[in-house]
Amino acid sequence: MKPVIPIFRREFAAYFATPLALVFIVIFLFAMGTFTFYVGHFYDNGVADLSIFFGYHAWLYLFLIPAISMRLWAEERRTGTIELLLTLPIPVWATVLGKFLAAWLFAGLALVLTFPIWLTVNYLGHPDNGVILAGYLGSFLMAGGYLSIGSCISALTNNQVIAFVVSVVACFLFTISGAPLVIDVFHDWAPLMVIDTISSFSFLTHFSTIAVGVIDARDIFFFLSLITLFLMANVVIVELKKSG
Amino acid sequence: MIEINGLTKRFGPIIAVSSLSLQVAKGEILGFLGPNGAGKSTTMKMVSGYLVPSAGTIRILGHDIERETSAAQANIGYLPEGAPAYGDMTARHFLRFIAEVRGYAGAGARLRIEEAVSKTELSGVLDQPIETLSKGFKRRVGIAQAILHDPPVLIMDEPTDGLDPNQKHSVRTLLRTMAPEKAIIVSTHLLEEVEAVCTRAVIIDRGKIVADGTPSELLARSRYHNAVTVTLPSDQLESAKGALAPVPGVASLEEVRRSDGSVQITALPKSGALLIESVAALAAQRGWTVKEMYAEPGRLDDVFRSITTHDAAQAGNA
Repeated sequence: MKPVIPIFRREFAAYFATPLALVFIVIFLFAMGTFTFYVGHFYDNGVADLSIFFGYHAWLYLFLIPAISMRLWAEERRTGTIELLLTLPIPVWATVLGKFLAAWLFAGLALVLTFPIWLTVNYLGHPDNGVILAGYLGSFLMAGGYLSIGSCISALTNNQVIAFVVSVVACFLFTISGAPLVIDVFHDWAPLMVIDTISSFSFLTHFSTIAVGVIDARDIFFFLSLITLFLMANVVIVELKKSG
Repeated sequence: MIEINGLTKRFGPIIAVSSLSLQVAKGEILGFLGPNGAGKSTTMKMVSGYLVPSAGTIRILGHDIERETSAAQANIGYLPEGAPAYGDMTARHFLRFIAEVRGYAGAGARLRIEEAVSKTELSGVLDQPIETLSKGFKRRVGIAQAILHDPPVLIMDEPTDGLDPNQKHSVRTLLRTMAPEKAIIVSTHLLEEVEAVCTRAVIIDRGKIVADGTPSELLARSRYHNAVTVTLPSDQLESAKGALAPVPGVASLEEVRRSDGSVQITALPKSGALLIESVAALAAQRGWTVKEMYAEPGRLDDVFRSITTHDAAQAGNA
């Protein structure tokens, strides 16, 4: 794990070396607030919980997380620093992991900064803070899932715009893979087992159970194994690109 | 310290490097020459472990670059083409990052950074973001990260590109001082650089080695090796040409008219012939008004053009 640390530190500091961190966090918080209060009519709901707030997370992550992940590898390729990075005496997996963890922690920081809404709901009533904590945990895991997909896609290109667009589409498919839009495509011909497998990849399904306070080991395992899988694919892509 | 065997790299149908074999020993500074697209950078990218070869092996101090990548890379300092660096970091933070990745911490890291900074004369710009630095300073940041861990093997892709003459001189001096303890490969377009720093020159063309020797061995291949040039007033040109042509050992004569009215005659020798003494004797005997007279060690650009033939053919007599 030792070589992961300097990579992680450099990556994390890089967000704050440019206005990127500030812009991202401001937009993230603004979007969260807008959706919760204006679109979701948080006050009109009259219930002291954050289910409305968490309900928008998947949809906001869909666009905001690829904005973080698009630069992870594409930028290194475009500026040529990838040549420097891959000729340092550290294994590729350590680089992949260091970059991912930095991005994940950054997303986590943005998420933590939504705490005023938690204060608000506690001021207004007596919410179940255990459920809220579970919601935050699930949201953080879901962000990690999106990030691992985005990081993997970023490694395929040196164009950040392509990385962003492809990541949004890939993340969208993972978000709604349980919804009719996707399932109907398979409905008439695929065996039930295939349909079940596809719908079991839905981020929404796994997140919604955690968000109502049911911390099922299977949902946590789903996100962690998905992250592992995509990071492994990320390592393979970086290695394959070395072959020209 | 560097052993390259049968190295080949294909990009689709294009063969960039074709079964190239090369050994570089401690104390050598190998100048890697070749026309653009000859495969210099591709070779260096493979030696540093950035690209995987299509065939062949590379060993760095006995470590195979493909199977023991990190162990081999720990012994290499590499300056990639164009000296890429993280533009948003300051030179100090960038070098600290490199030191940490290379396993240095605390006082050890500080010492390493200080040494690299003083060798590359970077102390004045350490706290500026790299993207705001001039091309010369950026290049020196790249050199500093390559020598930071005092590696036994140095691979540098055009280390003096973009530097002014003073900076070029200091980089060459740095390379020469480090040379006794290291095996160094330097690629360059500048032929004078090879004569100034390299103990050995390798010319590659279309992925293959076409010449390998000390700079003086390469110079000896030049048509101008031991050629004698005499500068005379132009009214003595015809008689001088008449007298020089029959001298034994003279292969041909070339003349260049100069703006001050004098003329330079260069006598090119037949292979192995020494002309300077007989030309000097002739000048004294005929009473020429000699303004200058010198023998040449050879011209590397001439050797370069004649060896990398397809370019020479295109360039004609230019």
